[in-house]
Amino acid sequence: MTTSSTNLAPALEALLGASRIFSDPAARAVYTVDGITPPIVAKPATAEEVAEIVRFAALERLSLIPCGARTKLRIGMPPSRYDVALDMTALNQIVHYDPGDLTLAAGAGMPIAKLNATLFEHHQFLPLLVPWYSRSTIGGTLASGIDSPLCQFYGTPRDFLIGAEFVTGSGAITKSGGRVVKNVTGYDLHKLLIGSLGTLAVITCLNFRTFPAPLAGSRGFVASFSNAEGAIALRRAIAQSPLTPLTLDIVSPGLAQIFATQTPATPEIAVFPGENRDVGSSSLPPIGDWFHPGEWHLCAAFAGIPEVLDRYKRDLSRLAGESGAISTAILDDTTRPAVWGRLRETLSILLESSPIISIFKLSVLPSHHATLFSNLEEIANRASLAHLFLARAGGTIYFALLPPTANDETAGRFAEASTQIFESLSAVGGDTALLFAPTSLKPRVNTWGSWRSDLALMRRLKSAFDPANVFAPGRFAQIPISPPTPS
Amino acid sequence: MNSGLVREFEKLLGPSSVLYRPEDLLLYEYDGSVVKGRPDLVVFPDSSEEVSRIVRLAAGYNIPIVGRGAGTGLSGGALARTGGVMLVFARMNRILALDMENQRAVVQPGVVNYELTRAAEPYGLYFAPDPSSWKSCTIGGNVAENAGGPHTLAYGVTTNHVTALQLVLPDGEIVRLGGPHGDTPGYDLTGLLVGSEGTLALVTEITVKLSRKPEAVKTLLAIFDSVDDAADTVVDITARAITPAACEMLDGWTLRAVEDYIHAGFPMDSGAVLLIEVEGLAETVAAQASAISDVCTAHHAREVRVARDNAERDLLWKGRKNAFGALGRLAPSNYVLDGVIPRSKLPQALRRIRQIGDQYGFQIGNIFHAGDGNLHPIVLYDPRDAAQFQRALEASAEIIRYCVEVGGALTGEHGVGMEKSELMPLLFSDADFDLMRRVHDAFNPDASLNPGKIFPLSKGCGEIRVRPQSSSRPGAA
Repeated sequence: MTTSSTNLAPALEALLGASRIFSDPAARAVYTVDGITPPIVAKPATAEEVAEIVRFAALERLSLIPCGARTKLRIGMPPSRYDVALDMTALNQIVHYDPGDLTLAAGAGMPIAKLNATLFEHHQFLPLLVPWYSRSTIGGTLASGIDSPLCQFYGTPRDFLIGAEFVTGSGAITKSGGRVVKNVTGYDLHKLLIGSLGTLAVITCLNFRTFPAPLAGSRGFVASFSNAEGAIALRRAIAQSPLTPLTLDIVSPGLAQIFATQTPATPEIAVFPGENRDVGSSSLPPIGDWFHPGEWHLCAAFAGIPEVLDRYKRDLSRLAGESGAISTAILDDTTRPAVWGRLRETLSILLESSPIISIFKLSVLPSHHATLFSNLEEIANRASLAHLFLARAGGTIYFALLPPTANDETAGRFAEASTQIFESLSAVGGDTALLFAPTSLKPRVNTWGSWRSDLALMRRLKSAFDPANVFAPGRFAQIPISPPTPS
Repeated sequence: MNSGLVREFEKLLGPSSVLYRPEDLLLYEYDGSVVKGRPDLVVFPDSSEEVSRIVRLAAGYNIPIVGRGAGTGLSGGALARTGGVMLVFARMNRILALDMENQRAVVQPGVVNYELTRAAEPYGLYFAPDPSSWKSCTIGGNVAENAGGPHTLAYGVTTNHVTALQLVLPDGEIVRLGGPHGDTPGYDLTGLLVGSEGTLALVTEITVKLSRKPEAVKTLLAIFDSVDDAADTVVDITARAITPAACEMLDGWTLRAVEDYIHAGFPMDSGAVLLIEVEGLAETVAAQASAISDVCTAHHAREVRVARDNAERDLLWKGRKNAFGALGRLAPSNYVLDGVIPRSKLPQALRRIRQIGDQYGFQIGNIFHAGDGNLHPIVLYDPRDAAQFQRALEASAEIIRYCVEVGGALTGEHGVGMEKSELMPLLFSDADFDLMRRVHDAFNPDASLNPGKIFPLSKGCGEIRVRPQSSSRPGAA
């Protein structure tokens, strides 16, 4: 570093003005990532300002971490350096919206809930009902690669991000894709930003295709089972039927227990398209009696005209009966938000429930779920760790381990269990990432699992985007090669 | 190609896997586009390992390599622009795995698109991307170009259906990207590779998602007196948030040519027809078909027909999918353009295309994916008339420039290839090219794979895309 942190502030103030550079400890504390608080926070308002800061950082060999609402900053390994937090929330405008064309461009710092409130006025929406919904920005959601229960029907951003503008590590404002729904002009560089944790570029603007919002009067469905096999059998029957539900998730008994007994500490609005458009006005309603501790649950959502709703009710109830369900319930306008809100907020509720919880994201084909569910249970039991999970029909499993206390002994048990989880997934051709874990545990586990044959390519891509290694060094896949310093 | 090198390839692959005589190479100098480029040698590998060995041998002699599937591409993507070795995947045509429960298939790149759907059909599944050339084009080619098709309106293009790839890099290394599930931690290299037009690596194995066949399908043919009314209908269907599975337009001139040949039942005196398909639950399909029919009527459709059975539906689609072939009866050659515009600009774009046709003296037909704004104007010309061919190219460039002006892009599904590389600066800045070049070089640092594609040769950064002719290739085209 050629500029010390004490004279960093004046240099950045010269670029953005004093009102958008923060250096007092209280203002900086909320930008802490894995125990590291940046000396400076900069809040640019345009892509040009972002580019200026990045060019300055590259010149001065500083490390930047771009962030939105800071809800998912703890994903990944601790940064090996962190000099400036780049707060992107001032880039929060809709740049282009053509409802007749179902296309949209908005600044990276735009909150999804606010954006969807605008889209709802045109009976459209962005199918990103992600955790921390009322605060999450589109840029942070994209960069974290976090998914939404709606991916069952609408896919992930990979399927509806149609272009992006971003600032590379050289400080160049760059774009790829466009504003049309079908486009093969040039490389799809914007896809690389999904799940990149800000390690490739600073996202300044995102272009999406929008979707017709599901009709008001959509429904929820919950079926409970005494064992996992029943829930899996029903899910398979639905997948092989003509039904195409919007969401399709299995909730483990441990998670049902949390749903049934804990009210989220942070009230999160339960907005689902077509129901509650009043952003920020309501908290999650009580859960009711659909989640029974000790039982497995299959949750689905569906929408459509009355004839379609009737068809779903009829078919789902029949299939649930054939799969041995203990109980089934159809959720209507008043009861639906309580369940859908919790499904959407699963990650935020779990992280609120304990400071020492760890959550893995497991990516595997759904046919392996039955075996995997019992393997995971066995691993957790062997390590005497409480466990719970949510499994999406597409195959993704969010698996949480909860040590009774945080000490060296439980950390050791956790590390051992982690290794076994990585091995179980790898044995069935799946992938594992430790998404959330207390900072103290991270050095004991390789967050991203074993190295893959494409790691060298990923490193070369990182250099192509960010030759001076300005962005979030160390957070992702041991890129660059130097490993983070153990705490 | 010097005979020593030919012998080396024959030693590596066997004589039946190498072509080098001029009369054999002629077959590989063209694709479905209007441009040409002749390879010096054509090889037919049988496995990823053979591809790797070919790449290593060629690298030793500093010879460029171009991958090719069925050669049905429309942008010159699979042509040897600077000569060299053409690697044809025709023998790597095996379906390696069909996993019905997880709805996945693992295929070699030479598998024909339709063959995969045929293999999955007995289980109620199919491969969703369906380019018009689906009965001959290969999935490897679909991956290279990120191919679309009529039904991508609702189901997405090739990239939305690919979860994992096996690649051979320019140094011969074999690498796997992605996974069967499709959401692997790390950068989405699979998403980058699909549509990279063979300029980053050679794809040797592909894992794709299979889709479930819908319970009900309705195919509607809406007949209009004017192109404007048909175009307005498409805009209105989109604006009313109805997503048909497909929404195709044929203008009157084109449909008369098609009808003469295929007898699909298109009315000979109409101004334009829309071929619209809705799929899903029986209840949804009935409601959507009725809503679409109302929109058509509101925009002065003369008649809306609903296909009564599969035979009638197949006939309508035959008319659409074989239209380009039908036009071959009218002129020695036709030039199928591929531009994309915001859907709301459809009516004005079709008027502008007519004007451009008048200006350059061509009758330009339109048969295209109206639902996603993907235009395919067709210029009929005689390739023996050099001046006319030049005019056709100019008219085409003007149409593409217009697409960009109204917020669209250069290509919706055919790719940039060598056809549109010089038009790329219409959309991309020097900074954009700089990053694209760095990404290109991260995979293909010596531009030994498919040189002369995507990047404009006229711009500084494109100069390294085409290497000087090497002495080993005296006969290069």
